[in-house]
Amino acid sequence: MIPIETIHATAGRLMSKAAIEIPDDYLGALRDMASTEKGPLSCFVIKTMLSNYDAAKEDRRAMCADTGVPRWYVKYGNEARVEGGPVALETALRRATAEATNGVPLRPNRVHPLWRTDHDNNVGINAPEIEYSFHPEGDWVELTTVHKGGLFGTDYRMLFPGDGIDGIKRFYLDALLAFGKRGLACQPAIVGIGLGGSKDTCMVLGKQAACLRVVGDRNPDPRIAALEEELKTLGNEVGMGAMGFAGSSMVVDCHIEVGYCHTGGMPMSVHMFCLSSRRACARIHADGTVVERTDPQWFTEYARRETVEWTTQDQSSRQSG
Amino acid sequence: MDDTGSELKTVRLRSPVTTEDLVGLEIGNVVYIDGLVYTAREGVYKKVVDDGTPLPGDVASIGNVNFHCSPAARVNPDGSFEMGAVTATASFRFSKWMSRWFDISQAKVIVGKGGMSSADYREHFVPRGAVYLTTVGYGTGALLGRGIRKVRAAHWLDELGIAQAMWVLEVENFGPFLVESDLAGNSLFERENAKIAANVERLYAGTRPATLRRYGETDRREDELI
Ligand code: SF4
Repeated sequence: MIPIETIHATAGRLMSKAAIEIPDDYLGALRDMASTEKGPLSCFVIKTMLSNYDAAKEDRRAMCADTGVPRWYVKYGNEARVEGGPVALETALRRATAEATNGVPLRPNRVHPLWRTDHDNNVGINAPEIEYSFHPEGDWVELTTVHKGGLFGTDYRMLFPGDGIDGIKRFYLDALLAFGKRGLACQPAIVGIGLGGSKDTCMVLGKQAACLRVVGDRNPDPRIAALEEELKTLGNEVGMGAMGFAGSSMVVDCHIEVGYCHTGGMPMSVHMFCLSSRRACARIHADGTVVERTDPQWFTEYARRETVEWTTQDQSSRQSG
Repeated sequence: MDDTGSELKTVRLRSPVTTEDLVGLEIGNVVYIDGLVYTAREGVYKKVVDDGTPLPGDVASIGNVNFHCSPAARVNPDGSFEMGAVTATASFRFSKWMSRWFDISQAKVIVGKGGMSSADYREHFVPRGAVYLTTVGYGTGALLGRGIRKVRAAHWLDELGIAQAMWVLEVENFGPFLVESDLAGNSLFERENAKIAANVERLYAGTRPATLRRYGETDRREDELI
Protein backbone atom coordinates (compact mmCIF):
# COMPACT_ATOMS: atom_id res chain seq x y z
CA MET A 1 0.00 0.00 0.00
CA ILE A 2 1.47 3.36 -1.00
CA PRO A 3 1.01 5.92 1.81
CA ILE A 4 -1.07 8.88 0.65
CA GLU A 5 1.21 11.32 2.43
CA THR A 6 4.12 10.10 0.29
CA ILE A 7 2.06 10.84 -2.81
CA HIS A 8 1.20 14.30 -1.51
CA ALA A 9 4.76 15.19 -0.46
CA THR A 10 6.27 13.87 -3.71
CA ALA A 11 3.72 15.78 -5.77
CA GLY A 12 4.66 18.96 -3.92
CA ARG A 13 8.38 18.44 -4.63
CA LEU A 14 7.69 17.72 -8.31
CA MET A 15 5.64 20.91 -8.64
CA SER A 16 8.50 23.15 -7.54
CA LYS A 17 11.13 21.11 -9.40
CA ALA A 18 9.18 21.44 -12.65
CA ALA A 19 8.71 25.17 -12.24
CA ILE A 20 12.34 25.90 -11.33
CA GLU A 21 14.66 23.35 -12.98
CA ILE A 22 14.80 22.95 -16.74
CA PRO A 23 15.06 19.22 -17.55
CA ASP A 24 18.56 18.00 -18.49
CA ASP A 25 17.61 16.71 -21.93
CA TYR A 26 16.20 20.05 -23.08
CA LEU A 27 19.05 21.98 -21.44
CA GLY A 28 21.71 19.91 -23.21
CA ALA A 29 20.02 20.36 -26.57
CA LEU A 30 19.72 24.11 -26.09
CA ARG A 31 23.41 24.34 -25.19
CA ASP A 32 24.20 22.59 -28.48
CA MET A 33 21.99 25.06 -30.33
CA ALA A 34 23.82 27.99 -28.70
CA SER A 35 27.03 26.75 -30.28
CA THR A 36 25.59 26.16 -33.77
CA GLU A 37 23.25 29.16 -34.12
CA LYS A 38 24.74 31.73 -36.55
CA GLY A 39 22.00 34.36 -36.29
CA PRO A 40 23.32 36.89 -33.74
CA LEU A 41 19.91 37.86 -32.34
CA SER A 42 18.65 34.28 -32.11
CA CYS A 43 21.93 33.24 -30.50
CA PHE A 44 21.67 36.08 -27.97
CA VAL A 45 18.18 34.88 -27.01
CA ILE A 46 19.33 31.30 -26.50
CA LYS A 47 22.32 32.31 -24.39
CA THR A 48 20.15 34.61 -22.31
CA MET A 49 17.77 31.69 -21.70
CA LEU A 50 20.69 29.54 -20.55
CA SER A 51 21.63 32.15 -17.94
CA ASN A 52 17.96 32.40 -16.99
CA TYR A 53 17.88 28.69 -16.14
CA ASP A 54 20.94 29.18 -13.92
CA ALA A 55 19.33 32.15 -12.19
CA ALA A 56 16.14 30.18 -11.56
CA LYS A 57 18.04 27.31 -9.95
CA GLU A 58 20.33 29.55 -7.87
CA ASP A 59 17.50 31.71 -6.57
CA ARG A 60 14.93 28.87 -6.41
CA ARG A 61 12.42 30.90 -8.38
CA ALA A 62 10.20 29.94 -11.31
CA MET A 63 12.15 30.00 -14.60
CA CYS A 64 9.30 31.79 -16.38
CA ALA A 65 6.70 33.94 -14.66
CA ASP A 66 4.08 32.45 -16.91
CA THR A 67 4.16 29.23 -14.98
CA GLY A 68 1.74 27.69 -17.47
CA VAL A 69 -1.09 25.38 -16.58
CA PRO A 70 0.09 22.61 -14.25
CA ARG A 71 -1.27 19.16 -15.10
CA TRP A 72 -0.62 15.58 -14.01
CA TYR A 73 0.12 12.27 -15.66
CA VAL A 74 -0.31 9.24 -13.44
CA LYS A 75 0.82 5.74 -14.29
CA TYR A 76 -0.21 2.77 -12.17
CA GLY A 77 1.67 -0.50 -12.06
CA ASN A 78 -0.87 -3.31 -12.26
CA GLU A 79 -0.39 -4.30 -8.62
CA ALA A 80 -0.26 -0.78 -7.17
CA ARG A 81 -2.58 0.14 -4.32
CA VAL A 82 -2.81 3.66 -2.98
CA GLU A 83 -4.00 4.41 0.53
CA GLY A 84 -7.47 5.91 0.18
CA GLY A 85 -7.77 4.84 -3.46
CA PRO A 86 -7.87 6.97 -6.61
CA VAL A 87 -10.04 9.65 -5.03
CA ALA A 88 -7.45 10.24 -2.31
CA LEU A 89 -4.74 10.37 -4.97
CA GLU A 90 -6.61 13.01 -6.96
CA THR A 91 -7.18 15.05 -3.82
CA ALA A 92 -3.45 14.87 -3.01
CA LEU A 93 -2.53 16.08 -6.51
CA ARG A 94 -5.03 18.93 -6.37
CA ARG A 95 -3.80 19.92 -2.92
CA ALA A 96 -0.14 19.83 -4.02
CA THR A 97 -1.00 22.01 -7.02
CA ALA A 98 -2.74 24.59 -4.84
CA GLU A 99 0.01 24.60 -2.23
CA ALA A 100 2.79 25.00 -4.80
CA THR A 101 0.95 27.91 -6.42
CA ASN A 102 1.28 29.79 -3.18
CA GLY A 103 4.60 28.29 -2.15
CA VAL A 104 6.95 28.60 -5.16
CA PRO A 105 5.09 30.95 -6.03
CA LEU A 106 3.43 30.13 -9.35
CA ARG A 107 1.11 32.41 -11.23
CA PRO A 108 -2.55 31.57 -10.54
CA ASN A 109 -3.30 31.14 -14.23
CA ARG A 110 -6.43 29.03 -14.02
CA VAL A 111 -9.71 30.87 -14.35
CA HIS A 112 -13.26 30.00 -15.31
CA PRO A 113 -13.55 30.49 -19.09
CA LEU A 114 -16.62 32.69 -18.84
CA TRP A 115 -16.73 34.20 -15.36
CA ARG A 116 -12.94 34.50 -15.03
CA THR A 117 -13.26 33.25 -11.45
CA ASP A 118 -9.76 32.70 -10.06
CA HIS A 119 -9.22 30.66 -6.90
CA ASP A 120 -5.60 31.87 -6.88
CA ASN A 121 -4.39 28.28 -6.64
CA ASN A 122 -4.50 26.80 -10.18
CA VAL A 123 -7.34 24.48 -9.15
CA GLY A 124 -10.86 24.62 -10.53
CA ILE A 125 -13.35 22.77 -12.71
CA ASN A 126 -11.38 20.12 -14.66
CA ALA A 127 -8.14 21.69 -13.48
CA PRO A 128 -5.49 20.45 -13.07
CA GLU A 129 -6.03 17.78 -15.72
CA ILE A 130 -5.11 14.29 -14.51
CA GLU A 131 -4.46 11.66 -17.18
CA TYR A 132 -3.92 7.97 -16.45
CA SER A 133 -2.00 5.11 -17.92
CA PHE A 134 -1.23 1.60 -16.71
CA HIS A 135 1.67 -0.80 -16.75
CA PRO A 136 1.33 -4.63 -16.84
CA GLU A 137 3.45 -5.15 -13.73
CA GLY A 138 4.64 -3.23 -10.68
CA ASP A 139 3.45 -2.12 -7.28
CA TRP A 140 4.40 1.51 -7.93
CA VAL A 141 2.70 4.69 -9.04
CA GLU A 142 4.45 7.22 -11.26
CA LEU A 143 3.64 10.91 -11.07
CA THR A 144 4.65 13.35 -13.77
CA THR A 145 3.73 16.98 -13.69
CA VAL A 146 3.94 19.14 -16.80
CA HIS A 147 3.57 22.91 -16.61
CA LYS A 148 2.65 23.56 -20.20
CA GLY A 149 2.96 27.16 -21.27
CA GLY A 150 1.87 29.01 -24.30
CA LEU A 151 -1.43 30.18 -25.72
CA PHE A 152 0.20 29.73 -29.12
CA GLY A 153 1.69 26.78 -30.91
CA THR A 154 -1.08 24.20 -31.03
CA ASP A 155 -3.23 23.35 -34.02
CA TYR A 156 -5.38 20.53 -35.39
CA ARG A 157 -6.32 19.59 -38.92
CA MET A 158 -8.31 16.81 -40.57
CA LEU A 159 -6.06 15.61 -43.36
CA PHE A 160 -6.96 12.74 -45.70
CA PRO A 161 -4.92 9.72 -46.75
CA GLY A 162 -4.47 11.34 -50.19
CA ASP A 163 -2.73 14.32 -48.58
CA GLY A 164 0.09 11.93 -47.70
CA ILE A 165 3.42 12.83 -46.15
CA ASP A 166 3.41 16.08 -48.17
CA GLY A 167 0.21 17.11 -46.43
CA ILE A 168 1.80 16.40 -43.07
CA LYS A 169 4.83 18.50 -43.95
CA ARG A 170 2.69 21.36 -45.18
CA PHE A 171 0.59 21.53 -42.06
CA TYR A 172 3.70 21.24 -39.90
CA LEU A 173 5.33 24.16 -41.74
CA ASP A 174 2.09 26.17 -41.54
CA ALA A 175 2.11 25.76 -37.76
CA LEU A 176 5.82 26.60 -37.37
CA LEU A 177 5.51 29.72 -39.52
CA ALA A 178 2.28 30.92 -37.93
CA PHE A 179 3.46 30.53 -34.36
CA GLY A 180 7.18 31.06 -34.91
CA LYS A 181 6.96 34.64 -36.14
CA ARG A 182 7.79 37.06 -33.33
CA GLY A 183 8.52 33.94 -31.31
CA LEU A 184 4.92 33.46 -30.19
CA ALA A 185 5.66 29.77 -29.56
CA CYS A 186 8.74 30.68 -27.45
CA GLN A 187 10.86 28.40 -29.63
CA PRO A 188 13.21 26.52 -29.88
CA ALA A 189 10.49 24.01 -29.04
CA ILE A 190 9.97 20.30 -28.68
CA VAL A 191 7.35 19.73 -31.37
CA GLY A 192 4.87 16.95 -30.73
CA ILE A 193 2.72 15.59 -33.53
CA GLY A 194 -0.37 13.46 -33.06
CA LEU A 195 -1.35 11.45 -36.12
CA GLY A 196 -4.61 9.51 -36.33
CA GLY A 197 -6.98 8.57 -33.56
CA SER A 198 -10.22 10.46 -33.12
CA LYS A 199 -9.95 14.23 -32.86
CA ASP A 200 -9.58 14.18 -29.07
CA THR A 201 -7.09 11.27 -29.15
CA CYS A 202 -5.11 13.04 -31.86
CA MET A 203 -4.76 16.13 -29.65
CA VAL A 204 -3.91 14.10 -26.56
CA LEU A 205 -1.25 12.02 -28.36
CA GLY A 206 0.41 15.07 -29.89
CA LYS A 207 0.54 16.87 -26.57
CA GLN A 208 1.95 13.82 -24.81
CA ALA A 209 4.52 13.41 -27.60
CA ALA A 210 5.69 17.00 -27.00
CA CYS A 211 5.62 16.98 -23.21
CA LEU A 212 6.42 13.41 -22.13
CA ARG A 213 9.15 12.25 -24.51
CA VAL A 214 12.69 13.47 -23.87
CA VAL A 215 14.89 15.12 -26.49
CA GLY A 216 16.65 12.48 -28.57
CA ASP A 217 13.99 9.80 -28.04
CA ARG A 218 12.81 8.13 -31.25
CA ASN A 219 9.59 6.33 -32.12
CA PRO A 220 10.22 2.54 -32.25
CA ASP A 221 8.75 2.34 -35.78
CA PRO A 222 11.84 3.06 -37.91
CA ARG A 223 9.82 4.81 -40.63
CA ILE A 224 8.18 7.11 -38.10
CA ALA A 225 11.56 7.70 -36.49
CA ALA A 226 12.91 8.75 -39.91
CA LEU A 227 9.98 11.13 -40.34
CA GLU A 228 10.71 12.63 -36.90
CA GLU A 229 14.30 13.31 -38.00
CA GLU A 230 13.18 14.71 -41.33
CA LEU A 231 10.66 17.08 -39.77
CA LYS A 232 13.18 18.23 -37.19
CA THR A 233 15.66 19.11 -39.94
CA LEU A 234 12.96 20.73 -42.07
CA GLY A 235 11.86 22.88 -39.13
CA ASN A 236 15.37 24.15 -38.58
CA GLU A 237 15.72 24.98 -42.28
CA VAL A 238 12.80 27.41 -42.22
CA GLY A 239 15.36 30.13 -41.52
CA MET A 240 13.77 31.08 -38.22
CA GLY A 241 15.36 30.96 -34.80
CA ALA A 242 14.44 32.02 -31.28
CA MET A 243 11.86 34.83 -31.14
CA GLY A 244 11.37 34.54 -34.88
CA PHE A 245 14.75 36.15 -35.60
CA ALA A 246 16.68 34.90 -38.60
CA GLY A 247 18.48 31.70 -37.64
CA SER A 248 18.37 27.93 -37.53
CA SER A 249 17.01 27.15 -34.03
CA MET A 250 13.32 26.38 -34.28
CA VAL A 251 12.90 22.72 -33.37
CA VAL A 252 14.80 21.10 -30.52
CA ASP A 253 13.25 17.78 -31.41
CA CYS A 254 10.20 16.35 -33.14
CA HIS A 255 8.16 13.50 -31.67
CA ILE A 256 5.35 11.71 -33.46
CA GLU A 257 2.76 9.45 -31.85
CA VAL A 258 0.13 7.59 -33.80
CA GLY A 259 -3.26 6.05 -33.11
CA TYR A 260 -5.44 4.00 -35.41
CA CYS A 261 -8.03 6.29 -37.04
CA HIS A 262 -11.08 6.15 -39.29
CA THR A 263 -10.17 4.59 -42.62
CA GLY A 264 -11.18 7.72 -44.52
CA GLY A 265 -9.08 10.23 -42.60
CA MET A 266 -5.64 11.18 -41.31
CA PRO A 267 -6.15 13.72 -38.51
CA MET A 268 -3.07 15.58 -37.35
CA SER A 269 -2.25 17.82 -34.41
CA VAL A 270 0.84 19.94 -33.72
CA HIS A 271 2.00 21.04 -30.26
CA MET A 272 5.03 23.04 -29.19
CA PHE A 273 6.69 22.66 -25.81
CA CYS A 274 8.41 25.99 -25.24
CA LEU A 275 11.67 27.37 -23.84
CA SER A 276 10.22 26.48 -20.45
CA SER A 277 9.74 22.78 -21.21
CA ARG A 278 8.74 22.01 -17.65
CA ARG A 279 8.25 18.43 -16.54
CA ALA A 280 9.24 16.43 -13.47
CA CYS A 281 8.67 12.76 -12.76
CA ALA A 282 9.00 10.31 -9.87
CA ARG A 283 8.13 6.68 -9.18
CA ILE A 284 6.72 5.90 -5.75
CA HIS A 285 7.03 2.28 -4.58
CA ALA A 286 4.80 0.37 -2.18
CA ASP A 287 7.48 0.55 0.52
CA GLY A 288 7.43 4.34 0.30
CA THR A 289 10.72 4.81 -1.58
CA VAL A 290 10.67 7.56 -4.18
CA VAL A 291 12.90 7.64 -7.27
CA GLU A 292 12.96 10.84 -9.31
CA ARG A 293 14.04 10.83 -12.95
CA THR A 294 14.04 13.01 -16.05
CA ASP A 295 12.35 10.67 -18.50
CA PRO A 296 8.67 9.96 -17.75
CA GLN A 297 8.84 6.85 -20.03
CA TRP A 298 5.17 7.42 -20.72
CA PHE A 299 5.14 5.64 -24.07
CA THR A 300 6.03 1.99 -23.56
CA GLU A 301 5.52 -1.04 -25.75
CA TYR A 302 2.43 -1.70 -23.69
CA ALA A 303 1.11 1.83 -24.26
CA ARG A 304 1.67 1.45 -28.01
CA ARG A 305 0.36 -2.15 -28.23
CA GLU A 306 -1.51 -3.20 -31.36
CA THR A 307 -2.86 -6.57 -30.23
CA VAL A 308 -5.95 -7.65 -28.33
CA GLU A 309 -4.08 -9.57 -25.66
CA TRP A 310 -0.94 -8.65 -23.79
CA THR A 311 0.93 -11.84 -22.92
CA THR A 312 3.38 -12.58 -20.14
CA GLN A 313 6.05 -13.22 -22.75
CA ASP A 314 5.65 -9.68 -24.02
CA GLN A 315 5.98 -8.49 -20.47
CA SER A 316 9.27 -10.18 -19.84
CA SER A 317 10.84 -8.34 -22.78
CA ARG A 318 9.34 -5.11 -21.52
CA GLN A 319 11.30 -2.42 -19.68
CA SER A 320 10.58 -2.42 -15.98
CA GLY A 321 12.63 0.48 -14.77
CA MET B 1 25.97 41.51 -16.60
CA ASP B 2 25.79 40.55 -20.23
CA ASP B 3 27.73 37.31 -20.07
CA THR B 4 26.43 36.04 -23.37
CA GLY B 5 29.53 37.19 -25.23
CA SER B 6 27.31 38.77 -27.82
CA GLU B 7 28.36 41.65 -30.05
CA LEU B 8 25.02 43.36 -29.83
CA LYS B 9 25.20 46.96 -28.60
CA THR B 10 24.10 47.27 -24.96
CA VAL B 11 22.48 50.37 -23.40
CA ARG B 12 21.48 51.21 -19.78
CA LEU B 13 18.36 53.37 -19.39
CA ARG B 14 17.33 55.22 -16.22
CA SER B 15 13.59 55.59 -15.62
CA PRO B 16 11.89 58.05 -15.73
CA VAL B 17 13.44 58.27 -19.20
CA THR B 18 13.65 61.35 -21.40
CA THR B 19 13.12 61.45 -25.15
CA GLU B 20 16.84 62.31 -25.50
CA ASP B 21 17.70 58.97 -23.84
CA LEU B 22 15.80 57.22 -26.59
CA VAL B 23 17.29 59.04 -29.60
CA GLY B 24 20.31 56.77 -29.90
CA LEU B 25 18.39 53.48 -29.62
CA GLU B 26 18.47 51.28 -32.70
CA ILE B 27 16.35 48.21 -33.29
CA GLY B 28 18.21 45.13 -32.07
CA ASN B 29 20.08 46.97 -29.27
CA VAL B 30 20.13 45.26 -25.87
CA VAL B 31 18.68 47.38 -23.03
CA TYR B 32 18.83 47.19 -19.22
CA ILE B 33 16.71 49.50 -17.06
CA ASP B 34 17.34 51.14 -13.68
CA GLY B 35 14.75 53.08 -11.70
CA LEU B 36 10.97 52.81 -11.78
CA VAL B 37 8.88 50.42 -13.85
CA TYR B 38 5.18 49.72 -13.46
CA THR B 39 2.90 46.99 -14.79
CA ALA B 40 -0.28 47.92 -16.63
CA ARG B 41 -2.38 45.83 -19.01
CA GLU B 42 -6.08 45.50 -19.89
CA GLY B 43 -7.34 45.78 -16.30
CA VAL B 44 -5.52 49.07 -15.70
CA TYR B 45 -6.23 50.36 -19.23
CA LYS B 46 -9.96 49.78 -18.83
CA LYS B 47 -9.95 51.49 -15.48
CA VAL B 48 -7.88 54.51 -16.46
CA VAL B 49 -8.58 54.98 -20.17
CA ASP B 50 -12.17 53.70 -20.45
CA ASP B 51 -13.52 54.59 -17.01
CA GLY B 52 -11.49 57.74 -16.43
CA THR B 53 -10.10 56.71 -13.02
CA PRO B 54 -7.08 58.93 -12.21
CA LEU B 55 -3.64 57.30 -12.09
CA PRO B 56 -2.35 56.64 -8.57
CA GLY B 57 0.72 58.84 -9.13
CA ASP B 58 2.65 61.07 -11.53
CA VAL B 59 5.72 60.22 -13.62
CA ALA B 60 8.01 61.03 -10.67
CA SER B 61 6.34 58.42 -8.46
CA ILE B 62 5.54 55.65 -10.94
CA GLY B 63 8.05 56.30 -13.73
CA ASN B 64 7.26 56.25 -17.44
CA VAL B 65 8.10 52.68 -18.34
CA ASN B 66 5.00 50.50 -18.73
CA PHE B 67 5.61 46.76 -18.52
CA HIS B 68 2.98 44.47 -20.07
CA CYS B 69 3.33 41.84 -17.41
CA SER B 70 1.67 39.98 -14.63
CA PRO B 71 4.08 38.70 -12.03
CA ALA B 72 4.22 35.39 -10.21
CA ALA B 73 3.73 37.09 -6.85
CA ARG B 74 2.48 36.30 -3.40
CA VAL B 75 0.89 38.61 -0.88
CA ASN B 76 2.19 37.71 2.58
CA PRO B 77 -0.13 37.73 5.62
CA ASP B 78 1.61 40.89 6.88
CA GLY B 79 0.70 42.67 3.63
CA SER B 80 4.22 42.60 2.15
CA PHE B 81 4.89 41.13 -1.28
CA GLU B 82 7.04 38.33 -2.57
CA MET B 83 7.89 38.58 -6.24
CA GLY B 84 9.12 35.39 -7.91
CA ALA B 85 9.50 35.52 -11.66
CA VAL B 86 8.20 38.19 -14.01
CA THR B 87 7.52 37.68 -17.70
CA ALA B 88 5.80 39.85 -20.26
CA THR B 89 2.46 39.14 -21.85
CA ALA B 90 1.69 39.55 -25.57
CA SER B 91 1.22 43.26 -26.32
CA PHE B 92 -0.57 43.28 -29.67
CA ARG B 93 -3.97 43.06 -28.01
CA PHE B 94 -3.52 46.35 -26.14
CA SER B 95 -3.15 48.44 -29.27
CA LYS B 96 -6.59 50.06 -29.03
CA TRP B 97 -5.75 51.76 -25.73
CA MET B 98 -2.23 52.94 -26.53
CA SER B 99 -2.73 56.48 -27.87
CA ARG B 100 -4.95 57.61 -25.03
CA TRP B 101 -2.83 55.74 -22.52
CA PHE B 102 0.33 57.57 -23.68
CA ASP B 103 -1.50 60.89 -23.39
CA ILE B 104 -2.75 60.20 -19.88
CA SER B 105 0.30 58.42 -18.43
CA GLN B 106 3.13 60.20 -20.31
CA ALA B 107 4.74 56.77 -20.76
CA LYS B 108 7.79 56.77 -23.05
CA VAL B 109 8.71 53.11 -23.05
CA ILE B 110 6.51 50.06 -23.42
CA VAL B 111 8.09 46.76 -22.43
CA GLY B 112 6.23 43.65 -23.51
CA LYS B 113 6.13 40.43 -25.45
CA GLY B 114 6.05 40.18 -29.22
CA GLY B 115 5.75 43.86 -30.09
CA MET B 116 3.02 45.53 -32.10
CA SER B 117 2.78 46.30 -35.79
CA SER B 118 4.78 49.10 -37.38
CA ALA B 119 1.41 50.66 -38.22
CA ASP B 120 0.72 50.80 -34.47
CA TYR B 121 4.14 52.34 -33.86
CA ARG B 122 3.54 55.04 -36.45
CA GLU B 123 0.06 55.80 -35.18
CA HIS B 124 0.52 55.62 -31.40
CA PHE B 125 4.23 55.63 -30.55
CA VAL B 126 6.06 57.90 -33.00
CA PRO B 127 3.91 61.03 -32.39
CA ARG B 128 4.53 60.66 -28.63
CA GLY B 129 8.26 59.94 -28.77
CA ALA B 130 7.86 56.43 -27.36
CA VAL B 131 9.65 53.17 -28.12
CA TYR B 132 8.88 49.49 -27.62
CA LEU B 133 11.26 47.06 -25.92
CA THR B 134 10.62 43.34 -26.10
CA THR B 135 11.55 40.86 -23.43
CA VAL B 136 13.88 38.07 -24.49
CA GLY B 137 13.08 34.42 -24.83
CA TYR B 138 10.35 35.01 -23.84
CA GLY B 139 10.85 32.97 -20.75
CA THR B 140 13.51 35.01 -18.92
CA GLY B 141 11.34 35.38 -15.82
CA ALA B 142 14.02 34.41 -13.31
CA LEU B 143 16.57 36.90 -14.69
CA LEU B 144 14.00 39.68 -14.69
CA GLY B 145 12.94 38.72 -11.17
CA ARG B 146 16.54 39.31 -10.05
CA GLY B 147 16.44 42.87 -11.35
CA ILE B 148 13.59 43.85 -9.02
CA ARG B 149 14.97 45.58 -5.93
CA LYS B 150 11.66 46.41 -4.28
CA VAL B 151 7.93 46.46 -4.82
CA ARG B 152 7.09 50.10 -4.16
CA ALA B 153 3.31 49.72 -4.43
CA ALA B 154 0.56 47.43 -5.69
CA HIS B 155 -2.37 49.57 -6.76
CA TRP B 156 -5.88 48.18 -7.20
CA LEU B 157 -4.70 44.77 -6.00
CA ASP B 158 -7.99 43.79 -4.32
CA GLU B 159 -10.09 44.92 -7.21
CA LEU B 160 -7.99 43.70 -10.16
CA GLY B 161 -6.16 40.73 -8.63
CA ILE B 162 -2.46 39.82 -8.72
CA ALA B 163 -2.26 39.48 -12.49
CA GLN B 164 -3.94 42.75 -13.42
CA ALA B 165 -2.95 45.03 -10.53
CA MET B 166 -0.63 47.96 -11.14
CA TRP B 167 2.68 46.96 -9.55
CA VAL B 168 5.21 49.76 -9.17
CA LEU B 169 8.71 48.28 -9.07
CA GLU B 170 12.11 49.68 -8.21
CA VAL B 171 14.54 47.93 -10.54
CA GLU B 172 18.27 47.71 -11.09
CA ASN B 173 19.97 46.27 -14.15
CA PHE B 174 16.52 45.00 -15.14
CA GLY B 175 16.70 43.10 -18.39
CA PRO B 176 17.80 42.18 -20.92
CA PHE B 177 15.36 43.65 -23.40
CA LEU B 178 15.74 44.21 -27.14
CA VAL B 179 14.74 47.41 -28.92
CA GLU B 180 11.83 46.33 -31.14
CA SER B 181 10.72 49.79 -32.29
CA ASP B 182 12.81 52.95 -32.46
CA LEU B 183 11.65 56.57 -32.45
CA ALA B 184 11.02 56.35 -36.21
CA GLY B 185 8.65 53.39 -35.76
CA ASN B 186 10.83 50.71 -37.40
CA SER B 187 10.09 47.17 -36.20
CA LEU B 188 12.80 44.60 -35.55
CA PHE B 189 10.35 41.70 -35.90
CA GLU B 190 9.09 42.94 -39.24
CA ARG B 191 12.66 43.29 -40.50
CA GLU B 192 13.41 39.69 -39.47
CA ASN B 193 10.11 38.39 -40.92
CA ALA B 194 11.09 39.86 -44.26
CA LYS B 195 14.42 38.01 -44.18
CA ILE B 196 12.65 34.70 -43.52
CA ALA B 197 9.88 35.25 -46.07
CA ALA B 198 12.39 34.97 -48.89
CA ASN B 199 12.95 31.30 -48.01
CA VAL B 200 9.37 30.21 -47.46
CA GLU B 201 8.27 29.48 -51.01
CA ARG B 202 11.16 27.08 -51.45
CA LEU B 203 10.07 25.09 -48.38
CA TYR B 204 6.61 24.45 -49.79
CA ALA B 205 7.82 23.79 -53.33
CA GLY B 206 6.10 20.81 -54.95
CA THR B 207 3.53 20.20 -52.19
CA ARG B 208 -0.19 20.43 -52.93
CA PRO B 209 -2.69 22.34 -50.77
CA ALA B 210 -4.65 20.05 -48.42
CA THR B 211 -7.73 18.24 -49.73
CA LEU B 212 -10.02 20.01 -47.28
CA ARG B 213 -9.46 23.71 -46.88
CA ARG B 214 -10.25 25.68 -43.77
CA TYR B 215 -11.84 29.03 -43.12
CA GLY B 216 -9.01 31.49 -43.30
CA GLU B 217 -7.71 29.77 -46.41
CA THR B 218 -10.78 30.92 -48.29
CA ASP B 219 -11.35 34.65 -48.32
CA ARG B 220 -15.10 34.75 -48.56
CA ARG B 221 -17.77 33.37 -46.25
CA GLU B 222 -19.73 32.10 -49.27
CA ASP B 223 -16.82 29.93 -50.41
CA GLU B 224 -16.93 26.21 -49.81
CA LEU B 225 -14.09 24.36 -48.13
CA ILE B 226 -13.88 21.65 -50.77
S1 SF4 C 1 5.41 29.90 -23.86
FE1 SF4 C 1 6.78 29.03 -22.27
S2 SF4 C 1 8.63 30.32 -22.19
FE2 SF4 C 1 7.02 31.41 -23.31
S3 SF4 C 1 6.05 32.74 -21.78
FE3 SF4 C 1 4.84 30.84 -21.89
S4 SF4 C 1 5.73 29.46 -20.36
FE4 SF4 C 1 7.20 31.13 -20.67
